[in-house]
Amino acid sequence: MSSQTTDRRQRVNASTTGVIDAAIDRPGELSGLRSSQSEELREDRETLVELLHQMILIRRFEEKSAESYSLGKIGGFCHLYIGQEAVGVGAISAVRRDDYVITSYREHGQAIAKGIPAEAVMAELFGKSGGCSRGKGGSMHLFDKGVNFLGGHAIVGAQIPLATGVAFASKYKETDQVTLCFFGEAAVNQGAFHESLNLAQLWKLPCIYICENNRYGMGTSLERAMSSHNVADKAAAYELASEFVDGMDVLAMRRATQRAVERARNESLPTLLEARTYRYMGHSMSDPGNYRTRAEIEKYQERDPIKLFTATLKETKVLTDRGLADMEGEIKEQIEQALRFAEESPEPDPKELYTNVYANS
Amino acid sequence: MAVITMRDALNQALREELSRDGDVFLMGEEVAEYQGAYKVTRGLLEEFGPKRVIDTPITELGFAGLGVGAAMAGLRPIVEFMTFNFSILATDQIINSAAKMLYMSGGQFKIPIVFRGPGGSAYQVSSQHSQALESWYAYFPGLKVVMPSTPADAKGLLKSAIRDDDPVIFIEQERMYGMKGEVPDSEDFTIPLGVAEVKREGTDATIVARSLMVPAALKAAEELEKAGVSCEVIDPRTIRPLDIDAIVASVKKTNRVVVAEESHPFCGVGAEISAEINERAFDYLDAPVKRVSGADVPMPYAKNLEQLAIPGYEQIVAAVKEVSYL
Repeated sequence: MSSQTTDRRQRVNASTTGVIDAAIDRPGELSGLRSSQSEELREDRETLVELLHQMILIRRFEEKSAESYSLGKIGGFCHLYIGQEAVGVGAISAVRRDDYVITSYREHGQAIAKGIPAEAVMAELFGKSGGCSRGKGGSMHLFDKGVNFLGGHAIVGAQIPLATGVAFASKYKETDQVTLCFFGEAAVNQGAFHESLNLAQLWKLPCIYICENNRYGMGTSLERAMSSHNVADKAAAYELASEFVDGMDVLAMRRATQRAVERARNESLPTLLEARTYRYMGHSMSDPGNYRTRAEIEKYQERDPIKLFTATLKETKVLTDRGLADMEGEIKEQIEQALRFAEESPEPDPKELYTNVYANS
Repeated sequence: MAVITMRDALNQALREELSRDGDVFLMGEEVAEYQGAYKVTRGLLEEFGPKRVIDTPITELGFAGLGVGAAMAGLRPIVEFMTFNFSILATDQIINSAAKMLYMSGGQFKIPIVFRGPGGSAYQVSSQHSQALESWYAYFPGLKVVMPSTPADAKGLLKSAIRDDDPVIFIEQERMYGMKGEVPDSEDFTIPLGVAEVKREGTDATIVARSLMVPAALKAAEELEKAGVSCEVIDPRTIRPLDIDAIVASVKKTNRVVVAEESHPFCGVGAEISAEINERAFDYLDAPVKRVSGADVPMPYAKNLEQLAIPGYEQIVAAVKEVSYL
């Protein structure tokens, strides 16, 4: 690693929760990253409880998605977010409702975190007219203009130039909106990533690129796919600010994103965040996962984002056992309601086949 | 009406639409400071400034996708490809993002963007810089494809394309930028997309031609007039949506049809037009539909070989004689 790269990271991260060089020596590992738990909790109680609520809601939603997929109620591809909840929830908690989020096909969790109702997401997975894309997009193409959720995109890395353009529009129109763009580490090998980072820094666009490094592009490990394993370092080639973040730590994600949002909103500058995380489930529902061991999955589950944050909230007396049980109960009811809505929502009218091809159709 | 070149007609359309709507901006390689590789964007940087007339790096996938993203957030980008040959690098964003966004979002995100630039054969620039890609783009529902053949059409159609709420592929023929013609001065002058025009009326045979083949077809019609064959030349102007009704109406009148194109024949637009005519007007045909196409080879460099690869009016004359059994 060049000294320039190191200097840049140190400069950018002068005030962060985030990075120690131990992480850099063990590519893709989580354990070297310092946790936010050594810091005091700055957020109010309501915010902290909401973060946990969202993470548990997303996990239960995904468990129900897996079950519904197995029952044949969800078709096509279905990519689950289990294990990565802290990344989407923490990052999206740092932006406003009118800020933009655009992402890949593993987006159920981010869609819910940005404010699409769980029932509209579930109905979309079911291919129903009550879905957030009216049943025409499915699991990989969730959209909601009302909350500026700009999709689920299913070509690896394709959302990265799109996000750059959304940020361009904010700057052009002189709004102070920022754009969060999520993608997996495998997308970093696409030209679209590099072309976008170059344009974003060249034109000073308020875009925050969040790489969810879950260590696998489908069944190919990071080590087998990337000559240089540290994604955040790649920002140096384009002189972008960057950070490594513990993607299992919701507060670390929130705070790193807050710093990036500040940079984007106040200085109109992009940032690359590399969130080190892990997906517990297969790439999609049809993936048997023969490329990794049960022991490896269990190792990462020791630092499960929900388990970690629940412990923090209990230790700091933000949440009691009773409070947690109540929360689980509410979420269970919410998921049941989403499922009922999806079941009962009608299929799209056959006439919908030919609508929305063109703006006047 | 002033007589101006196709290049200047396009320039007028860009200038008028940039003036009309602040959400319209233009970006591409060398469009601003260099004044455009083909000078279509001459003077626009000076008039509208670097915020709205933007030089991009050579990064076609990146800036095409950036344009689509900007359209999602409410802008109306005009993206220039220095030539459409380079759009091949951007096809993922054009096809997978621009064409499908409205549909897969259930109607929430329209993409009002124009991808424009020169296409088709150029002068001795060999295989990678001299090809017609309209059949690629016309294949995809969600895209519109426009190919003007006169300066007036170029201006009127480009203005409509910029005002359109869907992604439009606007292909200017590289050899036709210097072609002159009368162009209305009015800023209100537009030509609707999806409407063909009869460029010459006739009674004995129909020649369907687009872009570079329109002047060739008109010259062929003049030659054939001398031989006593009255040809109708019809230019669809928009490939998608295709004004098939106008083509079929002409075929029902003349009963004979030649489809002329400079593109490759295999899976080409001419093949589609031919199939449509067969489905809709078979009983009116006095001869099978005949296609005149570019050679089914990559474009060669040598001048004599290049000339052999691009159809001219002579081949159209021969084809009309063939369907007329002359």
